[in-house]
This record gives sequence, C-alpha cells and structure tokens, in this order.
Amino acid sequence: MTQAIKEKVKAFIVENFLFGDTSYELGDTASLIENDIIDSTGVLELVAFIEDQFGIAMADADIVPANLDSLARISAFIEAKAVPVTA
Amino acid sequence: MCGFSGYFGSIRDGRPLLGRMTAAIAHRGPDEQGIFTSPEAGLGHVRLSIVGLGDGQQPMSDASGELTIAFNGEIFNYVELRDELRAKGRRFRTSSDTEVILHLYDEMGEECVSLLNGDFAFAIWDARRRRMMLARDRMGVRPLFYAAHAGTFYFASEVKALLEVPGISAEIDPIALDQIFTLWAPIAPRTPFRNILELEPAHLMIVDQRGVTTRPYWQLRYPDWDLPSAYVDERSAAEELRALLTDATRIRMRADVPVGAYLSGGLDSSIVSALAAGMTPQGLRTFSVTFDSAEHDESAFQLEMAAALGTRHSAIASRTGDIARVFPDVIRFTERPIIRTAPAPLYQLSGLVRETGLKVVLTGEGADEVFAGYDIFKEARVRRFCGRQPGSRIRPHLFRKLYPYLPGLKQQSPEYLAAFFGAGEEPLDDPLFSHRPRLKGTSATKLFFSGDLRAELKDYDAADELISRLPPEFGGWHPLHQAQYLESRFLLPGYILSSQGDRMAMAHGIEGRFPFLDHRLVEFAAKLPPEMKLKGLTEKHILREATKDLLPAVIGKRVKQPYRAPDSHSFSGSGELDYVRDALSEEAIAAGNLFNAKAVAKLHEKCRSRPAAGFRDNAAFVGILSTQLWLQTFTGSSIRKSEAA
Repeated sequence: MTQAIKEKVKAFIVENFLFGDTSYELGDTASLIENDIIDSTGVLELVAFIEDQFGIAMADADIVPANLDSLARISAFIEAKAVPVTA
Repeated sequence: MCGFSGYFGSIRDGRPLLGRMTAAIAHRGPDEQGIFTSPEAGLGHVRLSIVGLGDGQQPMSDASGELTIAFNGEIFNYVELRDELRAKGRRFRTSSDTEVILHLYDEMGEECVSLLNGDFAFAIWDARRRRMMLARDRMGVRPLFYAAHAGTFYFASEVKALLEVPGISAEIDPIALDQIFTLWAPIAPRTPFRNILELEPAHLMIVDQRGVTTRPYWQLRYPDWDLPSAYVDERSAAEELRALLTDATRIRMRADVPVGAYLSGGLDSSIVSALAAGMTPQGLRTFSVTFDSAEHDESAFQLEMAAALGTRHSAIASRTGDIARVFPDVIRFTERPIIRTAPAPLYQLSGLVRETGLKVVLTGEGADEVFAGYDIFKEARVRRFCGRQPGSRIRPHLFRKLYPYLPGLKQQSPEYLAAFFGAGEEPLDDPLFSHRPRLKGTSATKLFFSGDLRAELKDYDAADELISRLPPEFGGWHPLHQAQYLESRFLLPGYILSSQGDRMAMAHGIEGRFPFLDHRLVEFAAKLPPEMKLKGLTEKHILREATKDLLPAVIGKRVKQPYRAPDSHSFSGSGELDYVRDALSEEAIAAGNLFNAKAVAKLHEKCRSRPAAGFRDNAAFVGILSTQLWLQTFTGSSIRKSEAA
C-alpha cells in the first residue's frame, strides 16, 4: 500500500512540479520547499491532488509541512488518513 | 532626450556606419538626426527636441571645434550651471543644456559630471587630448552600451545600434541568463549579449590610445549603523524632504514642451502629480493603465486622484490579450529576457502619451527604493522577527498581512508561511538576507534549463557574484539599508529603470523624469534613520508625513500595491497567438538549446489549462518565452551559436 501510494505521489510531483524531469533524484525524505520543488501555489495543487485522488478531505490543520513536505511524509499522511485507525 | 552612437578608432566609411547605427535607434529621437566624423572618432545622434528646440542640434561642437558631444537625457540644473559659467565669462551660442556640458567639460575635464543634476548618458570627443569620454547618470536612468571590435571601440544608447557594426553579432551570454533567472536582471556591466557591455550607473569612462579606463564618480552609501543618526527630529526631516522633493520636481518641469505625468493611483505618482499640478497653471495632463482583472486594476484610485487635482486624465486599457499582442515588440526594446510581463502595459502607456503629442512625463519611480516602500523590506523585517522565536505559530501570520494580493498565501498555515519565507532558518548576517526568498523562488525557474546550459553553468552562482560586488562598508549598515542598497544599485537600473523604464518609454519617443531619483533626495534619504522610512510595517512613513496635505486621505494612507500585470494568463486567456506556439514549440526550444523542450511543453500546457499558476511557473513561462523571442529577434534564429563558432 505505502509503496503504491508513494509511486503515485512521486509521479504527480515529477509531472506537475518537476515537469517530467526524471533525472532529478527525488529522495523520499528530501524537503520539497528547501529543494525549491514546491511554492505556496504548489501546496494548494498538492492538496487538491490528495483530495481528488485519495478521497481525503483535508482540514486546514492537516496542511502543514509535517504532513506534506516530503514524499515520505505525504505517503505516510495519506496512508494514515485512508485507513481508519482501530482502537 | 535622444539616442546616440559612436566610435573611437580609425575606420573606413564611418559616416554611413553611423547613419545605420543611429537609424537603428531612430525611435529615441524622431525629430532630428546628425553625424560628426573625424579621422579618429565619430558620433551619431537622433534627437527628441525638448530643450533648446531651435538650436540644440547634435552632435554639438564648441567654438574651437575641438570638443564635440553627443548627449542623451537632460541636465535639470543647467540653468544654474549656465549662470555660473556666464559669470566666469563664458559665452553661449545656444539655449540648450547640451552646450552647458561642453563648457563644463572645457573647464573641469571629466570631473564636470559631479556638478550635473540630471538623467544623462553622453560621449565627448576631445580632439585636443585625442580621447573619448563617456558618462552615465548616478542612478542609471539613461543607457549606454559598448563593445570593442577589430581595434575600434563602439558605443550606443541601445544594443541594436552596435549590432549594425560589421563583425559585432548577437550571442547569448549564459551567465547573464543565469543572473536574469536568479536576480531578474544581469549584473552590469554584463548584458545578455556576449562581449557587449554597459557602462554602469554613476561611472565615467575614458577611451584613448592607451586603452579604456572606467571609474565611479559617485557612490550610494548609507551611514554606519553604530553611529548616531544625522536626523533625530521627524518634523524637521519631513520639512527638508518636502523642500527637496518640491525642488526636484520643479527643475524636472523645465522643458520647452508641455510636461505630463503618469498616475498609477498609488502614493508616489500621486505625490509627484500633485506637486507638478501646482506648477502647471495651464493644467496638468495625467496618464494611466487600467486592467480587466480586479487583482491588478487601480483605476478607482487613479480617477479619484485625477479628480482631486483637476488634471486632464487619459487611460489606456491593458485587456486580456494585449500583453501577448505587444510582447515581441517589448522584447525588441528591452533587449533582454524578462521574467515578468510588467513592462508591456508601460509600452502601451507610452504609446498613449505619444498619441496625445506629449514627449515628457514625470513618474513616481524610485520612491520605493529611496523611502523603503517595497514589500521585500517589510518581509525581511518580519523574517527577522520570526527568527527571534523559531517555531512560533503566531508570528508567521504577519506574512499574510504583507501579501494580501497573493491568493496562494492566504490559505497557508503558519508553519508553511514560516517555511516559505525561510523564517528562523537563515543566518541573520547573510548579506543577502533580505533577498533570499526572492532569489530562491526565482532560481527555481532554472529547473527548465537544458542539460547543456546547466553543465556550462555548473560552477556559477549569481548570488555569490552579487555578494562579491558589495562595497566593503556594506556589513556595517542597518539591515534595511542593506536591502535598500541591493534594490537601488542592482534591480533599479537593471530592470525597473531599463526594461520597465527608459526602454518602454523611448520605444515611443517619450522621456520619463523621476523626481524621487534626484541625487540630492537620494543622498538625504540614505542618511535618514531606518525607522523614519519603515515605521513598524508602515512603508514610506516620512514621505507620507511630508506630503499628507497634498493628497486625499484615501490615497495618502494607501498600503503599497506593487505594480504587477497578468503573466502567463495573458498569453492563453483569449486564444493563443501563433508566435507563442512557435517560440515554445519543441523544435524551437531544442534549436535554442537553452531549455529542456519536454519540460517546457509541460509547463506550456499547465499554464494553458490552469490560469492561476504560481510565481515559479509564471516567471519561468515569461522568462522562457522572452528568451526565445530574444533569440529570434537578435540572432535571427532560435539557434544559439556554438562556442566554437
């Protein structure tokens, strides 16, 4: 599951923010902001992508770098939101 | 205001060459043309007649015939200088400011520039000393480019004149392109044309048989942060400011033709228009641009100010599609790639002024640099404030207040706001601290550079070069003054006064005059304590205080709205024009070999399908399109010459 999510997110980032530049080595934990991959408009594009593709409604409190600033964080966030946690 | 070209060296057929060079810049001087040649040098001139209509023809020689000048611009204090020279026994044959420079040079040599208050670039051929002297005004209002070829030194007001010289051709300078895609403009003397340079603002140059020497005759400097300020009383500082600004405007009204004003609806142009209106008994004409999009349009403020002043106001609408329509012409005149479309509406505006028959307009340009009006100054202050409490969730909310017009920021969390502005992470002693977010955001456009261009630039860092150009005193200045210096010394001449200023106005033979850039006012403002300029987060505080009786309250209290124009949306909003498709086609991009064709195709599609592109995508789109147009316009094709060629 995680791998599939990660691949889908990575494909979106490469296509939408790196414009297909596959030579760019996008590390799982690399910061999207510090590496100039995403700007403030890009964050909103990313949110729309997650909501559309994974059926997740993102609250304002969810839209923080701790959830979205790397491939690993985005994937973990989506997985946590998509699979309800049972007590 | 005019254009000129010339050379130093012995060449055959100097006169026809000067004829071609001046014809290339005929738009700068539609009223007259003149050529001077001697065995060792030549000067060509096209004239826009403003002062000394009947007797100011150029090139102009002195009575001895040994000094000859070609001059572009205005010397605003020429009346006072002429009176002083007459008192010394000098006799004048004309009523022009041009002759005043000749006499001053005869008296003082190249040191004469220090007495000139004006916007100027000129060349004086000194047959006695067999040398050419070139000079450019302090802030970089008027342009001057040069190149050496086959033992001869050539110069001109625009590069297109130099390209008329056999053997001088256009080739892109990759480092200049990197600088534009990082800093918005090349760092002078570099230009986008390899081997063609520009004389830096406030510099003079001597060209003779021994070679070329260049030196500054004036330098923008701020006081040491540790020293007590020369100004402590705000009221007296405001009074001095008002007196200086009034005089700066007064001498800029000097012309033998009517003078109008640009009126954007913002604080600065409103102040200038108000002062000018008070000096124009016959009524002032004002001009402005309006936009379809509410995000960019300021017409309500323009009309309010025009009504308050009783000016005869004209506006031109920059509608969706207009920017795309004029953009190839804009690049032909900027002669450099640009990453914003903002010059295009100003090109339209100067066309409107021309249609009315006016030749001269005052503008409010320069106030944001001189009195700290730009958002970047406030942004740096907020970033330092956040840096004192990293992790604060409250402090980053201030960023939202700074940019109410940027929709992408409105919805961001404090954590994201802090991250985007690097708040709390960047070293406070970085000389480029104030500009790092801008440089970082702009540099992201280099993602589209081709593999070959990236390889060629791999060891180059434009920000490092900028740091290397800072004066030794820079580290001892207040952070606001450091930021003001960066804006005033680099972006102002490299983009604001050139691509948005001189080149757009002169495309239609219009002369812009800038009271806020009078060097007396610039020097005065530099000495003011930072808090008089940026008080808390209120920009241009002292300027507002000094002029509050001039403006309706709604204008006087307006928060700075930066002048912006629609970017990528301009090119897709009302049907894409063929040239855009051609310039961005895979074939054209591949032929230019400056950008990654596949990535550009995706960007093009993204901008077409989603009009609300972010800063990076907009800047990249405009930068790439303008670079492709530059290649087509100046190299005759989109193919970059190889290193070996």
